[in-house]
Amino acid sequence: MSEPFEPKIVAFVCTYCTYAGADLAGTSRMKYASNVRIVRLPCTGRISPMFILKALQKGADGVLVSGCHPGDCHFAQGNYHARRRWTVFRALLSFTGIPEERIKFSWISAAEGAKFAELINGVTEEIRSLGPFEQYQELQKIIETQSTY
Amino acid sequence: MAKIGVFVCHCGENIASMVETAKLVSTIADHPGVEISTEYKYFCSDPGQETVKKAIREHNLTGVVVAACSPRMHEQTFRKACAEAGLNPYMLEMANIREHCSWVHTDKKEATDKAIEITRSLVEKVKRNNDLQPISVPVTRRAMVIGGGVAGIQAALDIASAGREVVLVEREPSIGGHMAQLSETFPTLDCSQCILTPRMVEAIQHPNITVMTYSEVEEVDGYIGNFSVKVRKKARYVKMETCTGCGDCIQKCPVKKIPSEFECSLGNRTAIYTPFAQAVPNVPVIDRSRCTYFKNGKCGICKKTCQIDSIDFDQQDIIETLEVGAIVVATGFQVQDTSGYGEYGYGRYKDVITGLHFERLASASGPTAGKILRPSDGKEPQTVVFIQCAGSRDVSKGVRYCSRICCMYTSKHAMLYAHKVHEGVSQIFYMDIRAAGKGYDEFTRRAIEEDKAGYIRGRVSKVYEENGKLIVRGADTLLGRQVEVQADMVVLATAMVPQHDAKDFAKKIGISYDEYGFYNEAHLKLRPVESSTAGIYLAGACQSPKDIPDSVAQASAAAAKVLGLFSKEHLEREPVVAMVTESTCAGCWGCATACPYNAIDHRDINDRNGNLIKRVASVNPGLCQGCGTCVSFCRSNSIDLAGFTEKQIFAEVMAL
Repeated sequence: MSEPFEPKIVAFVCTYCTYAGADLAGTSRMKYASNVRIVRLPCTGRISPMFILKALQKGADGVLVSGCHPGDCHFAQGNYHARRRWTVFRALLSFTGIPEERIKFSWISAAEGAKFAELINGVTEEIRSLGPFEQYQELQKIIETQSTY
Repeated sequence: MAKIGVFVCHCGENIASMVETAKLVSTIADHPGVEISTEYKYFCSDPGQETVKKAIREHNLTGVVVAACSPRMHEQTFRKACAEAGLNPYMLEMANIREHCSWVHTDKKEATDKAIEITRSLVEKVKRNNDLQPISVPVTRRAMVIGGGVAGIQAALDIASAGREVVLVEREPSIGGHMAQLSETFPTLDCSQCILTPRMVEAIQHPNITVMTYSEVEEVDGYIGNFSVKVRKKARYVKMETCTGCGDCIQKCPVKKIPSEFECSLGNRTAIYTPFAQAVPNVPVIDRSRCTYFKNGKCGICKKTCQIDSIDFDQQDIIETLEVGAIVVATGFQVQDTSGYGEYGYGRYKDVITGLHFERLASASGPTAGKILRPSDGKEPQTVVFIQCAGSRDVSKGVRYCSRICCMYTSKHAMLYAHKVHEGVSQIFYMDIRAAGKGYDEFTRRAIEEDKAGYIRGRVSKVYEENGKLIVRGADTLLGRQVEVQADMVVLATAMVPQHDAKDFAKKIGISYDEYGFYNEAHLKLRPVESSTAGIYLAGACQSPKDIPDSVAQASAAAAKVLGLFSKEHLEREPVVAMVTESTCAGCWGCATACPYNAIDHRDINDRNGNLIKRVASVNPGLCQGCGTCVSFCRSNSIDLAGFTEKQIFAEVMAL
């Protein structure tokens, strides 16, 4: 192996807490790994499991979902919906063949810049140790070959 | 065909020192749909904004991506610039390559690659943005205040004095609320009635205020600016228009032994009654359940007595529908039922009373005309024990919170007692003394130093009777020993709890409440007077335990919010709201259960003959706050969030 594997991670975050927390990490000039790409949404309640599957299908090695702490949601209940949806979705993951460790769920408030930087480094390290996520691409190939029938 | 302009900002050195902007510009220039890609030192500056505007006009751009700082910083700036150049302001996206990239990374290549990906994904998003128009909602500039206590009166007066109409709804026969029951008020010891009754009169005489007493809100429909409220005016059996409040009927009513609610059962009232002498309006009501005429048709003495024929036994409840633009909920609190405190003997011993009873005993207009007398034998108590936190801060009684007023009113009670019974001894069992407020700590010190209130830090375990005396057994945790105090009277500082029907009422009007039943504010710190529902505001103890100054302050704050809403004929809102594709909606109402704002209604689709074809979800843009929870809930992808549509997000993800 010449170079260490650099995972690509897609983060779905809410604009009120985690996005602001990431902004704070920036204004505080905290340094963290550059593997995460942020998709900004109004609320974690807006996050459909399909987003996560699409990200993995399109080459992400890991997905991060992060929003306001329970009880702090700008929209009162959105993060509770997200949490419940995640519980159901997690149960379906093993069925679909996606390792649960590829998806991280966390709460970061707008004041937790340092926690955000820590989280990104931690998640990046974990996904790196899991290696690239190729099952989906393999599946894609199978589908493509089968569709030639 | 999309024509996207990408504007890469250097932010001085902030971005340019870590991201190779030239590479970013040239890479993005080759991306499909990008018409122009350019860089500049400060796009947020005047010449920078001019560059953006010029490019929009010259290239007829259909979308703009500014790769610069966080959208939380300059999204509004560039939206405005777009609008000035004739482009819909919602055709702009900010690629955050400063806070999320150049400031947090140390490797130039990595940072540049990330910046390219961020910008590219937002170009893909902006291609799918739609023109959005701010939502305009008409506002009915009339307010309803529910609850006629001091908070409701204050809110009504403030709104009315600013020139707007107010309907003040109170379910009791008189406005005044709990404050009317109090004797003197801390920390100034001015008499409650003296400061409250003038305000009550002011409210009922105000040309902009319609006071509806003995009336209850039945139903609230609509949304911010456009509520429709059904109010039940309960039958008084006394004509409001003609009654002069002479009180002859009350004098003559033969049913005299009804425990008075206002006097906390320390005094009696008649079947036709006003709750207290200074009631506003001073028009009695007939308590149908106790009136002999309504029981068996015999009596009618009040009707015979009334010289102007104002008694009307045939009156019926009337339901009135009122259109209002804003609602202030000021429904107040009630005193916790202390019967769960068997160890304190409340209900078993007549001389164990609550703080509110003591207020009535100390009140000059109360059943004892202001003399402190024991309820059991009418004698003056020589020793009074006060027990603080009788309910509050007690997990086992389900009240974990502090009721906030008890420390202060117990001090006040000890003071009033000392002023009225000079040789009397007062002992106060307390957990902490919480006297945070203007003049509050000075007040409790005065009770201790001048009026000889004895404070014992510790909890009471038991109150029992022995030889005609109440024995209060408890701990003195400062001295570390058990204590027993003989008392003639025990006063419990009972907890303030939500009204018994607070939760049902919240459901009726569509606001949220906490585990106890206190109403939730939109944000505990930053939006403390707004409820979770737009256009409904909170004031007073219905939100959390509060003293009079705080209730009044919150009421004025709520009034200010209402007046802010009423400052324009139309309300403009961000167009980030959910929208329904009616052709695919199956009407499962999953979205409606997910919506935290009750913003989703049913809508019937009929054919031209008026036959129902199907029923679909319909979003009320006045209520929708744009969280998008409904979108990810929808099984058939029939609901979407403007500004964050499925198409946009998927495009964004796929371009990363």
